[in-house]
Amino acid sequence: MHELPQNLANGLMLGLMYGLIAIGYTMVYGIVQLINFAHGEIFMIGGFGALTAYAALPHGTSLWLALPVMILGGVLASVLTATAAERFAYRPLRTAPRLAPLITAIGLSIALQQVVWAFYPGGKKALSFPQFAGDPIGLGSFHLQRNDLFLLVAAPLCMLVLAAFVRLTRTGRAMQATAQDPDTAKLMGIDTDRIIVVAFALGAAFAAVAAVAHGLRYGQVDFTMGFLAGLKAFTAAVLGGIGNIYGAMLGGLVLGVAESMATAYVQDVPGMHQLGGGAWANVWAFVLLIVVLLVRPQGLLGERVADRV
Amino acid sequence: MRKSSLLVVTIAVTAALTLSACGSRGGKSDSGADNAGANNGNGGSTKVVIGIDAPISGSLSALGLGIRNSVELATKQANAKNYVPGVTFSIEAKDDQANPTTGKQNATALVDSKGVVGVVGPLNSSVSLTMQKVFDDAKLAQVSPANTSPDLSLGPDWGSGKFTRQYQSYFRTATTDVVQGKFAAQYLYNDAKKTKVYVIDDKKTYGAGLAAIFADEFKRLGGTVVGTDHINPGDKDFSAIATKVAGAGADSVYYGGEYPDAGPLSDQLKKGGAKVPLFGGDGIYDPEFVKLANGNGEGDLATSVGVPVEELDSAKEFVANYAAAGYKDPYAAYGGYSYDAAWSIIEAVKAAVEHNGGKVPSDLRTKVLTELGKVKFTGVTGPVAFDEYGDTTNKQLTVYSVQSGAWKKVKSGTYSG
Repeated sequence: MHELPQNLANGLMLGLMYGLIAIGYTMVYGIVQLINFAHGEIFMIGGFGALTAYAALPHGTSLWLALPVMILGGVLASVLTATAAERFAYRPLRTAPRLAPLITAIGLSIALQQVVWAFYPGGKKALSFPQFAGDPIGLGSFHLQRNDLFLLVAAPLCMLVLAAFVRLTRTGRAMQATAQDPDTAKLMGIDTDRIIVVAFALGAAFAAVAAVAHGLRYGQVDFTMGFLAGLKAFTAAVLGGIGNIYGAMLGGLVLGVAESMATAYVQDVPGMHQLGGGAWANVWAFVLLIVVLLVRPQGLLGERVADRV
Repeated sequence: MRKSSLLVVTIAVTAALTLSACGSRGGKSDSGADNAGANNGNGGSTKVVIGIDAPISGSLSALGLGIRNSVELATKQANAKNYVPGVTFSIEAKDDQANPTTGKQNATALVDSKGVVGVVGPLNSSVSLTMQKVFDDAKLAQVSPANTSPDLSLGPDWGSGKFTRQYQSYFRTATTDVVQGKFAAQYLYNDAKKTKVYVIDDKKTYGAGLAAIFADEFKRLGGTVVGTDHINPGDKDFSAIATKVAGAGADSVYYGGEYPDAGPLSDQLKKGGAKVPLFGGDGIYDPEFVKLANGNGEGDLATSVGVPVEELDSAKEFVANYAAAGYKDPYAAYGGYSYDAAWSIIEAVKAAVEHNGGKVPSDLRTKVLTELGKVKFTGVTGPVAFDEYGDTTNKQLTVYSVQSGAWKKVKSGTYSG
C-alpha cells in the first residue's frame, strides 16, 4: 500500500485532464441540451494547433517561452473549429428533432479525425510533442513529473476563471439565464445565439489547454487521441451531473482516481486477478458510472431538472 | 434559409462519410495491373499478379509500406531479368489497417481478382487468423513475411506438443514466437543476467502469445516473474502500470505487443520511476519506437527474426536495389522477408511453368500452391524453404538494443532449443 500516494497522484492528473475536457461537454449540454460528440476531436485539434504553433517558432526556442504561444495556437485552432461547427453543423438544426444534431455530431467527429489524418503533414502517425527536460520531482518513492506541473497549475486556474466568469460577468449571467430558460432569456433581450457560441468557444478553449497538458504528459499527439479522451470526459460530465461545471471537474477527478486505483489494486483482491490491471481500468470506470447513476440518476452534483421538450 | 441549411448539413455528412470511407476501408488499393486472367496466354506475355495485404495506412504503416515496396521490388527484378519467360509480374496491394475484419474483406477481394496467384502478407497474426480460411478455400497461396503466432501453422494445441497443420495454403518466411519468445528469455536470463521480470501484453494474438511463451521459458530457466499486467491497444495513460512496476522491484520488463503502445509505455515507465529496460519482440523493433519513447528508450531491447538484412552478403543487392528504386519509406523490419516471400511465389510460378512444358498452366493457382512447399533457394535473409507446417526452416534471430537513439545489434544467434 506504500504506493497509494503515487497512485492517487496518477489518478489526480488523469482526472484533471478529463475534467478540463468535460467542461466543454457540460456547458454545451447545459445551454442547448446537445451532446457534442465532436468535442473529443476539438480537443485533438487543440493539440495539433499547439504543435503547429511550436513548429512555427524559431528552432531552439525555450519551451518556457514557447508555451504561451502554444496554448494560444491550440486555443485558436480549437475555438475556430468549435465555432465553425456550431455555425454550420448545429445552428441550422437547432429546431430539428434532438437526434438530428446528435447524429451530426458523430459525423462531424469522424470527419474532423479524417481531415487531420489526411491533411496534417505527418499526421498519419503519432507526432512528438515538445517536453520539459529534467528528472521528476521526487520524495522517496513518490514523484511528480515536471511536465505534469503545467496541468496541476492550469486546471484549477481555468476552473477559477470559469467560475468567476459565469458568476461575475454580464455574459456569464446571461449564460445562466439561457441555460435556465432560453425562450424567456430571449424575451429579456439576451442574444441567445451569441451565448451559445460563447459556450462552444469556452469549452473548446479548455479542451485546448487539456490538449497541451496531454501533449506534455504523454509526449505525443495523434489524430485518434480525441476519441477515448472524449468518451472518458463525457463519462466524467455525466458522473458529475451534466450541466454543472463543478460537477464536470469533480466527475473527472473521481473517474481518474477510480481508473488508477482499479489498475493498481483490483488484481490483488483474491479471486479477481483476471479482472484487474490496465486492460480492465475502463470496465471499472464504467461500473462506477452505472453505480453512481443508479443511486443518483442526476449525477454527483447534478440537479434534478424537468426535461424540456 | 431552411433549404440552404439542409444543404450545408448534407454536405457535411457526405464529407464525413466519404472521408471515413477512405480511411477505414481498403479504398486505396493500388493495383499494379489490370486483372488480366492468368491463363489467357495468347500472344505476348501472361500477366501474373502477386497480391499484398499489409497495414499501408494507420499506426503500423511504417512496417506495411516496407512490405508493399519490397514485394513490388521483387516483381520488378523478376521482370527485368525475364526470370520466368513468358510471364510478367505485377502487384495488387490492399490496405488492412491492422484490422482483422478489413483483412478478411481484402482476402475475399484478392481471391476474386483472377490474376492473383499468391499473396504476401499480412503483417499481423490477428489479421492472418481471419484471412487463412478464405485463401485455403480458394487454394490461393499465402506467404506472410511477419506473422509469428505459432497457432497459425501449428494449431491451437502446439503448447502441449501436438502439431497439426491448419491450412495447406499458409506459409511464412518469419520465425514463430515459440522460437522468438524462448530466445528472448534465454538472452535476458543468461546474457543480460536479469532475474526479476514484469510481463505486460496487449491481449492481441501476437502480444499475448509471445508474452506467455517468454514467461514460461524465463521461469523454466530459473527467473522470477514478479508481476503481470495487460493494456488495451490505443491506451495513452500507463502511469498506474509504471507505479506497479516500480513497486514490484522488477529489474526488467517484457512487453508483448507493438511499437505504437510500446513506445509511450517505455517512456512512462521510466518517468514513473521504473528505470529498467523494456524488452519486446519484433513488434517493437522499429525506429518509430525510439521516437515515441521520447528519449527514454535508451537501453531497451528487442528481438527480431533473422539477422540484420544490412549484414548479409546475400542482401547487399536488395538494399542497393531498394535505394535505387527511390522508395520514400524504408524497407523496415520485414522488407527482406517480404522480398523473399515474393520470390518464393515467383520461384513457385517458375517451377509450375517449367513442369508444364514451358507454358503457363491453366490452373496456375493450384500449381503454385503445390510448388511452394518444395521451393528452395538462397534469399536475402538466408536459405528460404518451408517445413511440413509451412513455417520457415530459417531459425536465426537477433537481439537489438536502443543506443544513442537507434536500434543497434547486440547478438545474433540460431535457435536450437
